[in-house]
Amino acid sequence: MTSASTQVNAPTPSVPGELKVIQDATCTFCGCVCDDIELTVKDNHITEAKRACVLGKAWFLNHSVEDRPSCLIEGKPATLSEGYDRAAQILTSGKYPIIYGLSDSPCEAQRVAVSIADWISGTIDTTTSVCHGPSGMAFQGVGEVTCSLGEVANRGDMIIFWGSNPAESHPRHFTKYSLMPKGMFLPNGRKDRTCVIVDVRRTKSAKAADIFIQIKPKRDFEALWTLRALAKGIELDPELVHRETGVEFSVWTDLMERMKACKFGVIFFGMGLTMTRGKHANSEALLALTRDMNAFTRFVAKPNRGHGNVTGADNVVSWRTGYPFGVNHSRGYPRFNPGEYTTSDTLANGEADCAMMIACDPMANFSQPAREHLSTIPLIALDTKETPTTRAATVAFTVATYGINTGGTVYRMDDVPIPLRPAFPSPHPSDYDVLTAIEERVKRILGVTG
Amino acid sequence: MNETFTLIPGRTTDQGCGVSEGKFNDRYQNAINALQVAPSDMTRLGLSEGDRVRLTGEEGQTVEVCITAAKKEELPEGLLFIAYGNISSQMMTGDTHGSGMPTSKGMEVTMELVQKASAHANVEGTAS
Amino acid sequence: MNLDYTKISQGTVYDPLNGIDGQVRDIWILDGRIVAAPTDPTVLPSRTIDASGLVVMPGGIDMHCHIAGPKVNVARKMRPEEKRRGEQMPRTNITHSGSMGSVPSTFATGYKYAALGYTTAFDAAIPPIAARHAHEEFEDTPCIDKGFYVLMGNNHYVMQSLMQNEPQKLKAFIAWLLNSTKGFAPKLVNPGGVEVWKTKQAGNVSGLDSKVDHFGVTPRQIISGVAQAAGELALPHPVHIHCNNLGMPGNWETTLETMRALQGHRGHITHIQFHSYGGGDGDENTFNSKVVPMAEYVNANPNITIDVGQVLFGETTSMTGDGPLGYFLSKVYGGKWFSSDTEMESGCGITPIKYRNKSLVHALQWAIGLEWYLLVNDPWRVVMSTDHPNGGSFLAYPQIIRLLMDRTYRKDVLKTCPPEIRNRSTLWDIEREYTLNEIAIITRAGPAKILGLKNKGHLGPGADADITIYTPNENKEVMFEMPRLVIKSGRVLVDQGDIRQTLIGKTLHVQPCYDHELEKDIQEWFERYYSIRWRNYPVDLSYLYESCVVPTL
Repeated sequence: MTSASTQVNAPTPSVPGELKVIQDATCTFCGCVCDDIELTVKDNHITEAKRACVLGKAWFLNHSVEDRPSCLIEGKPATLSEGYDRAAQILTSGKYPIIYGLSDSPCEAQRVAVSIADWISGTIDTTTSVCHGPSGMAFQGVGEVTCSLGEVANRGDMIIFWGSNPAESHPRHFTKYSLMPKGMFLPNGRKDRTCVIVDVRRTKSAKAADIFIQIKPKRDFEALWTLRALAKGIELDPELVHRETGVEFSVWTDLMERMKACKFGVIFFGMGLTMTRGKHANSEALLALTRDMNAFTRFVAKPNRGHGNVTGADNVVSWRTGYPFGVNHSRGYPRFNPGEYTTSDTLANGEADCAMMIACDPMANFSQPAREHLSTIPLIALDTKETPTTRAATVAFTVATYGINTGGTVYRMDDVPIPLRPAFPSPHPSDYDVLTAIEERVKRILGVTG
Repeated sequence: MNETFTLIPGRTTDQGCGVSEGKFNDRYQNAINALQVAPSDMTRLGLSEGDRVRLTGEEGQTVEVCITAAKKEELPEGLLFIAYGNISSQMMTGDTHGSGMPTSKGMEVTMELVQKASAHANVEGTAS
Repeated sequence: MNLDYTKISQGTVYDPLNGIDGQVRDIWILDGRIVAAPTDPTVLPSRTIDASGLVVMPGGIDMHCHIAGPKVNVARKMRPEEKRRGEQMPRTNITHSGSMGSVPSTFATGYKYAALGYTTAFDAAIPPIAARHAHEEFEDTPCIDKGFYVLMGNNHYVMQSLMQNEPQKLKAFIAWLLNSTKGFAPKLVNPGGVEVWKTKQAGNVSGLDSKVDHFGVTPRQIISGVAQAAGELALPHPVHIHCNNLGMPGNWETTLETMRALQGHRGHITHIQFHSYGGGDGDENTFNSKVVPMAEYVNANPNITIDVGQVLFGETTSMTGDGPLGYFLSKVYGGKWFSSDTEMESGCGITPIKYRNKSLVHALQWAIGLEWYLLVNDPWRVVMSTDHPNGGSFLAYPQIIRLLMDRTYRKDVLKTCPPEIRNRSTLWDIEREYTLNEIAIITRAGPAKILGLKNKGHLGPGADADITIYTPNENKEVMFEMPRLVIKSGRVLVDQGDIRQTLIGKTLHVQPCYDHELEKDIQEWFERYYSIRWRNYPVDLSYLYESCVVPTL
């Protein structure tokens, strides 16, 4: 099955020395997916990225054409065709193949990756499992009351950040969506909003807060349940609350009064919740609190998703398999079980016997036991740049950069799909190209004709 | 000195920019190899900027890393911060407690001095 | 030159649009279309399908279901618990794997529709800003042609142009939005009510004449204005309406008022079962059916068409663009709840629900749905739907067919429900049974006509060769749940339940003309309030695997 969408917006090569300007380009570095960037391109290099933040500038200005072979097999340059053959052979000979990553690929490529996992009875997982995977599990428990980012800009008069540091992780979050915009119902912008930041350390974001609440590390769950109790009018022991959360009881009662009094409250939460003791229980407490608040006023919550298209990965894997991440096809149909089919586990438990890593770097970002196992099994890696994972790979593909060299679709953290407008062509194949070629070979080997 | 701390890895601007510039470039490597310690903890423990310490996790996993003083008030006492990356991830254990997510923030670690910055600089000086 | 004909030979054909009611006919197919039999008797078909003794109908058309886009996908994510214990869909050498539950994955959806003899389906509620998402899912939903309706009933520009009494702007906006999204029809969901939900706790409008905060317009103005504009745009399916006050006792008057608000313009009232309740103040003791007076109104007003939104007993997932309804249902059922407000456009609510035959309210909902099929005299104006998955799965259509064609079975099921139901609805007293021809109308010919699809819902020359062949059976549920053959675009996709080959299918959409000068005003508004760029909003044709523009009337 081919996707028509990847053929659109193919970049035109630069004429030597000439400047080309791309309007409304989309930055895919973080989950903000800002689509208002103006790129200046000269000699297949982006020289300026107007409106991009510091992370966006680094993203656009540093992705020029990589002077590396498009394919390396066991560290030696090889043709793409040899690479595809080897990759297909690896994936079809494993008993427990895993495919992981995908959060820095467009949806068109993600769809092919899920197809491959399906044909090879493999496991497909995305970086969601080590990011907001626990929030996804919490969502399955209690649901979620949420909104698109434009709603926050137009209506949000109380903005809470919990365990999230957008000043460093999503630098345009405040100005573009959450604090500064003059919205339809907030004509004075920042003056019409109250900003609360809850964190265990005084992050760079704390400066933006009207109220900064520093809680004890690993006490998010207790703090959130304190608020749930206060919302319901349940009596609490002030000293106990202070001791458990590290914050005076009066701070919490004051916060709850403000939460009830606002018109449209928003809680953005980060990996301060999901990566800490409690994990999905923390996210669930926050989602439940948000839900509770709708008995008094309007309140929504939203995880501040990290990578450019991690939200697209959740969507693609869900529409194709019915589950958002950590999906195993070993019985021929999808099954979901976080903690079992998620990549940290399939690797650390020594179960996976071959792997394809797409736009991710587990050799640098996973636990030591996971890395140790990964280094013992055949590994295929796709990345735009050299990483510890591509260095360790049996077959490594250098791929074009999405949104800079190739088109496609990316989902912003609020599930809004946005098209890409690439700036200049790359001599390297896109991850869509690589995955499609591997899929063709996998299907041939397995006799799949669908 | 062998005291228990809570380690919080997280994203930083330098780490984020470094990913785009290249993971083997200095900016990225410097960003992910600097452990921030609260100035009051440093004073109390007699540590100074650039000292090399060893962190040991609950399953005995260890990393060695140089320390830097956290900016004013950014860290309360007892907390350590490091930019998310290779070093921080080595402190995670393989167990995800059935969630798919290893505990990657709020890890209990012990910190001990390996080498003073002054000695470190001398060694380097000798080597050059 | 030998043309590659396929002939379906000697089937008993039900083709109501062409006046064929159970006559034995041959059907000739060429290049995916139905053609007249060649006049030259020496021309032989390349393939002959012997349909003697079998029933031949056009492929089914589901004109109101939820199968793609953000809301459906959230429901898939949210409900792992119902998939593990349900039917599994393993991959084969020609099909992808998938998962079922009340909200099947994309591939499973396509295969299951095809296996049921349905070849076209319309998703009923896509927020315009997520149109691209719906198109992406469509490309992964094989075997059927697809389209979607575009949520407009709470769109700020719609309300603003009504407030400013600018009908030309409204008309241009509707056309621009349909073009930008590659959508099929305007959809109103709780017009005005979702906007109020965004502004205050448990906010909603209470009836056709409540004012929407900030905009000062009423649901009545939205309904009348959009119906008129859509009529002037000559859209094939002008306006598809989910009325205000869904599910509330006493809401039948709101529904009748909605029909009146159409002011004689064509309009389709969807899942009308949920909007036909007597009683008041959430009091279960007064809850009753008002289908009799409502059906009288529908019978007397040919501008109105309906689909039913039949409830079936069992567990399912409620999903709606009606944010305040989602909140209400989550409180009734107490389960997990998803709600999402989309800037400038719409809302969304999702929660699991279970319809129990022992519950008087649920049993009444079931009976009210059946009353609608049986009390509207003209089958061309009533369409089979479960509002999949809201009332139940589309997979329940064969069961509904049996309930309509077999009054003994219907009464047997009714006997399992609380007896009080007989005092509150007329179902027990209705003796009408549907004929096969009438079934063919409410499942294919009728929806094709209501949607303005000239090439679908019939078997005359020029029609798409979307054909379902059934093995007759006394038990109509058995007959309809596993067609003998399903042919899509001239290709045999399903043979006795087995998928033989797949295709991706076309996307049906409209391209109404409008005054492009008025786009400047839309752009100015858009750039003031949206969080994405104007140029990145429209969906280009590359997102459609195969575009099929349905012409305006």
